Amino acid sequence: MTKPILSIRDLTVEIPTRYGILRPVDGVSYDIAPGEILGVVGESGAGKSMAGNAVIGLLSPPAHISKGEIHVNGTRIDNLKGDAMRKLRGKQIGMVFQDPLTSLNPLLRIGDQLTETILAHLDVTRDQAQQRAIAALEEVGIPGARERVNSYPHEFSGGMRQRVVIALALCAEPSLIIADEPTTALDVSVQAQIIALLKQLCRTRDTAVMLITHDMGVIAEAADRVAVMYAGKLVELGPVRDVLTKPSHPYTDGLMGSTPLASRGKARLHQIPGAMPRLDNLPTGCAFHPRCPYSTDKCAADPAPTLQDGGGAAACFFPLPHKAKVA
Amino acid sequence: MALVSVQHLTRIFDVSKPWLNRVIERREKAFLTAVSDVSFNIEEKTIYALVGESGSGKSTIGKMLVGLLSPSEGSVTIRDVDLSRETDAAKIDAVRADIQMIFQDPFASLNPRWRVRDIIVEPVAARGGETTGMAEKLLEQVGLSARDAGKFPHEFSGGQRQRICIARALASEPKLIVCDEPTSALDVSVQAQVLNLMSDLKDEFGLTYLFISHDLTVVQHMADKVGVLYLGRLVEEAAPDALFDDPKHPYTQMLLAAAPKLGEFGREVPPPKGEIPDPINPPTGCAYHPRCPLVGDVCKKLRPELREVRGARVACHMVK
Repeated sequence: MTKPILSIRDLTVEIPTRYGILRPVDGVSYDIAPGEILGVVGESGAGKSMAGNAVIGLLSPPAHISKGEIHVNGTRIDNLKGDAMRKLRGKQIGMVFQDPLTSLNPLLRIGDQLTETILAHLDVTRDQAQQRAIAALEEVGIPGARERVNSYPHEFSGGMRQRVVIALALCAEPSLIIADEPTTALDVSVQAQIIALLKQLCRTRDTAVMLITHDMGVIAEAADRVAVMYAGKLVELGPVRDVLTKPSHPYTDGLMGSTPLASRGKARLHQIPGAMPRLDNLPTGCAFHPRCPYSTDKCAADPAPTLQDGGGAAACFFPLPHKAKVA
Repeated sequence: MALVSVQHLTRIFDVSKPWLNRVIERREKAFLTAVSDVSFNIEEKTIYALVGESGSGKSTIGKMLVGLLSPSEGSVTIRDVDLSRETDAAKIDAVRADIQMIFQDPFASLNPRWRVRDIIVEPVAARGGETTGMAEKLLEQVGLSARDAGKFPHEFSGGQRQRICIARALASEPKLIVCDEPTSALDVSVQAQVLNLMSDLKDEFGLTYLFISHDLTVVQHMADKVGVLYLGRLVEEAAPDALFDDPKHPYTQMLLAAAPKLGEFGREVPPPKGEIPDPINPPTGCAYHPRCPLVGDVCKKLRPELREVRGARVACHMVK
């Protein structure tokens, strides 16, 4: 395997509160190779966005990385301070957020926002930066980029705005892009356009992409591998086809069962009883055991095995025997 | 006889700038046609789903059905009472009592200062009905505990709040419930719980749903009949099997092709062209013609009427 662009080892994020220390991300490890799209799925509160924010250094205090290491292109970045991190952010790691309207400055022309990023990270003149900005807009498929570069964010539609945000993430040519729910705010047809764009960019530039989403359909179509998170822990990691068709962790299995599918017709949806536990009130042992149909006394007593990249497939004492789930 | 009959329903919003701006900038008044000449029937005890992208007018239709908006043209007839023309207030009131609505965002649709008990019985209490023990009974029917009646909305998770919304909708024993994106704010596993609950309650109480959603897989799972909207117009109406196996309108075909599919790994589809046009200046003729692969001359001039094609109603000149 080629050297990974992003390598996370035993990442733990802690938030000290009045009620004790919360761990929204707890002992997560994974790698992303060049040109690979890693899908990170989980329900709200699973810690998927928190893990993304930890990588790019956007944790807002009091949240902090308490344990573990993050390496980008072989450099350790989790202990970098202010200035050093700022140089890296945008240059090596680009970020695409969920809401394209709030991730652009409404008072600046998009060309200015792009050139600002380019000038901050690359050693070019203002004219060259302008040319690069136009090239970036053309690359993400904005028609008439030469004129549109002088438009304000409100003059674009939602899908076009998200393209601008992607151009912004790309313009300093980062080797890693973190896309946090990039299509959740968009319509189905625009979502298809944005996903196709991300895949194409990933392929042509060999960029590593961390695609954070709750939509299993998007993961199935876009990701090469998928990491499933539950209550801050990585519960399953593997090639997308294996994880989605032959889930080993009971949570992944339940998640797949509760997704409405054409092939399942009108049959009752499988239900996972209960809801994701709150971080200040995590169950003992495996966090999923109160909702798990296969749980035993061992699951309630001992913490579930930690998942290592390249190790087992699921963080579970009793991984499910493989059987086809998705028709 | 259909429970709900919607005929030539149209809703136009005035989106003009203020008077002074219009005078100074020499602008005309601007009108946005959110819903344009939509007709459909909902049979009793079925689920009729409206799907479409943002701006297709699906929520506006839902609001006109429950009476939160009045139609600009056309009519909504529920149990033979035309809500916009009927003059007998008692008749309208009787019909209104049979309609309830479930909204998308369970965090915005419950009053944070009210206890759950008061929220749930409000539809009955507002009409002066007897409400003793009603909230507790309804809470258990939607899978919560009778003890929850004394709590406030903030003590519940998103899925539980949506259950409270459903309990409130059931309180007045309605015939028709308009559900506007009831699960799009919820996680997948919670969505499954809520969808199952809605199916169970439908059978138990003999309910009729108008189910508004943008999520095609949810619609396919729930609906007995599906109407596809594009820019305020009904472009196709069919039973879910017919619609999903054999979509006839080019827009429906595009929508189905664009929706992510769980079983197709690394699927490469040419992404759909273009975006939804500006509803203030919709294209002439068929609203879909600028993006349509089958477009012909007639499409640019003449708006297609709904017509029967292989068991579906389709508004397209070209489809055979």
